Amino acid sequence: MAASTAQAKTQFGYRRHPDQDRSGANVAEHPVVVVGAGPVGLSLAIDLAQRGQRVVLLDDADRIGEGSRAICFSKRSLEFWDRLGVGDRMVEKGVVWSVGKIFHGAAQLYQFNLLPEEGHKRPAFINLQQFYAEAYLVDRVEQLPDIDLRWRNKVIALESRNDGVALTIATPEGSYQVHASFVVACDGARSSLRQMVGADFAGQVFEDQFLIADVKMTAAFPTERWFWFDPPFHAGRSALLHRQPDDIWRIDLQLNPDADPVAEKQPENVRPRIARMLGHDKFEFEWISLYKFQCRRMARFIHGRVVFAGDSAHQVSPFGARGANSGLEDAENLAWKLDRVLRRLSPEGLLESYHIERSAAADENIRESTRSTDFMAPVTKQEARLRQAVLSLAEDTEFGKRMVNGGRLSVPSVYDTPLSSEDRDDWRGGPRPGASMPDAPVTEQGGGSTYLTDVFIRQGTRFTLLEFGNGVAADIPDGVGTIRVGGEGGLVDAQGLAGKRYDAEPGTAYLLRPDGYVAARFRNAARPALDAALARAAGVS
Amino acid sequence: MALSTRSNFAKPDDAFRAIVEAHRGLTEAQSADLDAALVLVLANHIGDLDVLREAIALAKRRMLDTSQQQQQQQQ
Repeated sequence: MAASTAQAKTQFGYRRHPDQDRSGANVAEHPVVVVGAGPVGLSLAIDLAQRGQRVVLLDDADRIGEGSRAICFSKRSLEFWDRLGVGDRMVEKGVVWSVGKIFHGAAQLYQFNLLPEEGHKRPAFINLQQFYAEAYLVDRVEQLPDIDLRWRNKVIALESRNDGVALTIATPEGSYQVHASFVVACDGARSSLRQMVGADFAGQVFEDQFLIADVKMTAAFPTERWFWFDPPFHAGRSALLHRQPDDIWRIDLQLNPDADPVAEKQPENVRPRIARMLGHDKFEFEWISLYKFQCRRMARFIHGRVVFAGDSAHQVSPFGARGANSGLEDAENLAWKLDRVLRRLSPEGLLESYHIERSAAADENIRESTRSTDFMAPVTKQEARLRQAVLSLAEDTEFGKRMVNGGRLSVPSVYDTPLSSEDRDDWRGGPRPGASMPDAPVTEQGGGSTYLTDVFIRQGTRFTLLEFGNGVAADIPDGVGTIRVGGEGGLVDAQGLAGKRYDAEPGTAYLLRPDGYVAARFRNAARPALDAALARAAGVS
Repeated sequence: MALSTRSNFAKPDDAFRAIVEAHRGLTEAQSADLDAALVLVLANHIGDLDVLREAIALAKRRMLDTSQQQQQQQQ
């Protein structure tokens, strides 16, 4: 069962590094070492390097893992990847979708559209095999001389010090030491760094088993997410069908808790099940695996100078695409903060906001995905009865349809954070402080069409004031980017969508953080209020 | 208190009777199915999470009191 990785480089070589010849008082000093070259570690390293940081990125393997892992990447993740210079490649290869359908038995209960409105650069989701995403990120890493990616470098010991972390790293040629001001552990659900800092990882284990099969076939199913409760081909359980690039289809089947994992995994046992589902057996298996899942998170995402991001810090069930996407949100949240701390522009305390914001996001993701899982696999007889009632009410009531939970798909969290300045003006809409910036189409003075998210990237993804013109430009502090919509020389909001999505009036201004989240907003941005909001968002006050 | 525990029906006996009659002739399992659907329909009609939570809390207290009394009677 070879995965179709033909279009992506997946095998990399170990290379000796001069750091390996240094020891004792001479060990190499690095500002930041990222452990784990998965989507989260790679993205974090790129973001840091684009901000001018030198990054050492370690991975214990020398290849990108094949097989079926993350497939759904959210709009927010694509916007982050746009900033990293890889968004176009992901979207070109990926399968774009926004519609999901829920079936009960053979009948469709309802369908939902995750992005029903026009005027966004990126779609609600793309499906893309994780190995493609990683391969494109590695290609980008190789364009950035400030990232030193070391394959087959495995961290085997970690010693926390006041001013950093000493790492012992094993390679095919023996072990060596480095010292890092900060270490970011992106080393996955079975994180060895988490064990090295002695942190526990408590949570809920779900008893139900799920079978994942990626099959290759040409099929006429639309590019939509299809979810079944109690389908005719898999009585009493649930099933999920998702399209991926290269004519690969992801099939997810819920098994009985007592199903024998070894027997269930055999292709000859899986094949008839899937043939019943598809109505034919003209398909090849690319991948079959069985899993149980857990929902859990670390109590603290920061241990001294070791910061945890992605699956190493939190794990969720897969229904809702909240695993890889939340890891990428971790990376974009952390990169600008770590950059500021390393440059001594902000105190180290700014990093605490990473823990506050992202652990709350992890709680939200765990809550949402636990609810979906409980709905799919009711724990008690009465829960099953309530679910059955919802499913039958859904046939002819709107409230029933909306209560059916076949997975609530990942959307960016809205942060309650000390970095936000409270609203003091009246707002009827628009993103509140702590929410991520909505996209909207705008026209440049020369007539070119673009999007607010792209204009933000061109401002250097730094603190940026998004102003809606009233003729008088706000007095903007040094180092803060500006985006002007309307007014003389500003971007033209031809369709009025930017104004609408930001509840804008002439003079309205949003202070955006370097990760594109709203820090503060004003009906009229007076300089003292802007300075105060900026200091707060930078963790300086 | 968001939950109203005043008597809201002009003829409370009619309301009680309507619910009781809905269960007449049903097996225990069917009755439980009916209750599950009825609770969801009514909860959605109320459409207020605070009221729902208070209603659940009140019902649960009654349920616990009742099962305690039954245990004491058995002892």
